[in-house]
Amino acid sequence: MSATAAVRGARDAVMEEAHCRYVLRLADTSLVLGQRLSEWIGHAPALEEDLGLANLSLDLVGQARLLLTYAGELEGRGRDEDALAFLRDAPEFLNLTLAEQPNGDFAHTIVRQWLLDAWQLEVYGALEHSSETRLAAIAAKALRETRYHHRFSSGWLARLGDGTPESHGRTQRALDELWRFTPELFAPDEVDERMSRAGIAPALAALAPRWSTRIDADLHAATLTRPATQPYPWHGKRGVHTEHLGHMLAEMQHLQRTYPGAHW
Amino acid sequence: MSAKAPAHSGTRERAVWELLAKVLDPEIPVLNIVDLGIVREVRHEVDGRMRVAITTTYSGCPATEVIRVMVRAALDAGGFTDAILEERLAPPWTSDWLTPAGREQLRAFGIAPPEESVSRPRQLVGAPQVTCPRCGSRSSERISEFGSTPCKAHYRCRACGEPFDYFKCL
Repeated sequence: MSATAAVRGARDAVMEEAHCRYVLRLADTSLVLGQRLSEWIGHAPALEEDLGLANLSLDLVGQARLLLTYAGELEGRGRDEDALAFLRDAPEFLNLTLAEQPNGDFAHTIVRQWLLDAWQLEVYGALEHSSETRLAAIAAKALRETRYHHRFSSGWLARLGDGTPESHGRTQRALDELWRFTPELFAPDEVDERMSRAGIAPALAALAPRWSTRIDADLHAATLTRPATQPYPWHGKRGVHTEHLGHMLAEMQHLQRTYPGAHW
Repeated sequence: MSAKAPAHSGTRERAVWELLAKVLDPEIPVLNIVDLGIVREVRHEVDGRMRVAITTTYSGCPATEVIRVMVRAALDAGGFTDAILEERLAPPWTSDWLTPAGREQLRAFGIAPPEESVSRPRQLVGAPQVTCPRCGSRSSERISEFGSTPCKAHYRCRACGEPFDYFKCL
């Protein structure tokens, strides 16, 4: 192998790893958020919202399955969607830190959902036009579902925010608590930058203002106040998580860890 | 038989389309998968095998795997044991792909078919006006955007008072 070929080979390997990690981040964010929403089943404030949250959860887990399967193929180590979902430890999960935050009260869940729905709208909206056809196809499918997820979450945000003093107070409190996780949504690292230079993924910096505009419009309708942006210490997408993810995974992975290879 | 193979189909392709038109959606067992619009392609490959491409409606729909097993069983039973079953993601399914026969089957079963079209996206804002599948009244109200399966919303007729499912527009 010539020196140039060796350099090219190394560069390809770096790109392949970045590609896999990029897809895994999208997958894990959907999977973790979907798992969180499923914790509401049987506990939501009304039957309609129980069904609504379960439906959103199903969509997110469905999107995660498509993405995990793809990440497993890109990785090339023979791990399928189940191996990736059920047999990785917390530091190997690359979801956004916001997605793993506990459900809290209904307002808390709605604010978390709405912040991430608005993020997925931008990310999938851009990926739908990616030159990378497999990712574009998954994004196009997910985007259609994300649109009604956002309709659900922004609708509830407005009803709670512009509701009673109690619901307004709880929703504003949830927003104040969760806002600190939002800088991570648009903070690019070397994986994002490699993908965007390769024309596969959008530049996150370009998406942030669109997200921000949507967030402000929804907050206005909900009579809520946008909190001040805080420094960015969260690194879920690099595998550094809050304590909550491990507890969630313990429940999610319990069956496969106890009975490896168990099938329906 | 309501499902029709494309005009250019060969004999074996037509035979497969006929088989697939007998596979019913497990969640809505009056609607076959051809009228649901999830059969993308039936093709006679150069090596003699048949290729069947299907897609999913909602990415989390639990019926997807059941449908895959049912399609494989139908192909086996029809003698197409070596057929290739492909899952195709793009372009994504929309409710526009329901055939007119599929819409009629839904209505007869008590499920209101989609009122809007995704090709007219302005219609997607807010809750659509839905015709009651039982009494035909246009006066109905949405109880919940989410129902018993990912593809359905929950409505109630103001005229006859009956609750009913509405097959959503995606």
